[in-house]
Amino acid sequence: MSIPRLAPGHRLREDQARDRWVVLGPERMFVPDETALEVLRLVDGARSLEAIIDDLAARFDAPRAEIADDVTAMLQELAGKGVVTL
Amino acid sequence: MTPEPPLALLAELTHRCPLRCPYCSNPTALTGSSDELDTATWSRVFAEAAALGCLQVHLSGGEPTARRDIADLVRAASSAGLYTNLITAGVLLDAPKLAALAAAGLDHVQLSVQDAEAVGGDRIGGFAGGHAKKLVAARLIREAGLPLTLNAVVHRQNLGNLPAIIELALALGAGRLEVAHVQYYGWALANRAALLPTRAQLEAATAIVEAARAAHRGRLVIDYVVPDYHAQRPKACMGGWGRRFLAVSPAGRILPCHAAETIPGMAYPTVRETSLREAWYGSPAFARFRGTGWMPAPCQGCERAEQDWGGCRCQAFALTGDAGATDPACALSPHHTLLAEAVADAAVAEAGFTYRQ
Repeated sequence: MSIPRLAPGHRLREDQARDRWVVLGPERMFVPDETALEVLRLVDGARSLEAIIDDLAARFDAPRAEIADDVTAMLQELAGKGVVTL
Repeated sequence: MTPEPPLALLAELTHRCPLRCPYCSNPTALTGSSDELDTATWSRVFAEAAALGCLQVHLSGGEPTARRDIADLVRAASSAGLYTNLITAGVLLDAPKLAALAAAGLDHVQLSVQDAEAVGGDRIGGFAGGHAKKLVAARLIREAGLPLTLNAVVHRQNLGNLPAIIELALALGAGRLEVAHVQYYGWALANRAALLPTRAQLEAATAIVEAARAAHRGRLVIDYVVPDYHAQRPKACMGGWGRRFLAVSPAGRILPCHAAETIPGMAYPTVRETSLREAWYGSPAFARFRGTGWMPAPCQGCERAEQDWGGCRCQAFALTGDAGATDPACALSPHHTLLAEAVADAAVAEAGFTYRQ
């Protein structure tokens, strides 16, 4: 089963000076929106994609299938940018 | 209006370097090792940068690993909470040194190559055996578990090897490749005629990069820095003066960019006397070209004024003698023809270099 991870050299951290969270990578920075941040907080190299979807489905009032589609699409987009690996 | 805090610090730890690249971004007057900041001062600077709002530090030079305290410096920067990026030529690295850097919290390594193969690479870098050492360094970096960016500065004399450079990045396991056309300051300006590509070369290179991005999507990120000599509009140099970045020179000068000391008449603060915060918010040097108020025509009132921020101050000075002029890279600059003349001169110039010394 797929375990999403932040790509090598990428870190999610709080940017206190600007009151936000950022993903830092080699000579770049990515500011996740609220939804992406919820997903990225769960990308810990331990949780599987299924477990991430389960977690979000338990917390947000939306059908699991819909959340699964959204999360998968978002992670694939981030993977295309080199921010996560799937 | 209060400026936003900076995002990144460029820490030029030393000007010492075994290589002698003819486009080196260091000043033509280099700082000697006896004038370099010590470990404790750099550690304080990293803490100040993080407190000011910097998220990343680029540990650069010269060759940053020429400093014997490089692992201590990485540890200090990492402990301060900064994302640490080592920008290295790689020829001084070995397995123990890399293990120490990784243990100190290094996040990422950017390794330069001067060409796709040894003959060209060693000639351009002015260092026999350098290319082979870089290939070993790339393997050691990966074995130390560190993510790798390959950086290739490109110009007329190696652009033909761009496909091979991309293959090299893939073969070395780089997650990212930076294809950076030479920017013409300092040493590079002195060697401009030997380095400037033709417009046809530039267009071919751009097409190669775009095709490779599509072909290797998800495996290799390619960042591409274009030369502005064929441009109609200038680059947003450093994202605007005093707006995103600050640099500290080996001797401790606090600068809006690493080339800013080429502009005469500027009094830059030093970390020995001034905090980064005071320099960023209070120094006249950082305020001098910040925002749009300083801009002359045709920048003043231009709809792109807050996109390109008037281009590059160092280039404006180097080419026109006036750091407050519109960057000649802009087609609206009265000096724009200087760039076309340089391209025409380069087309008939010899390939010999004046090496950094």
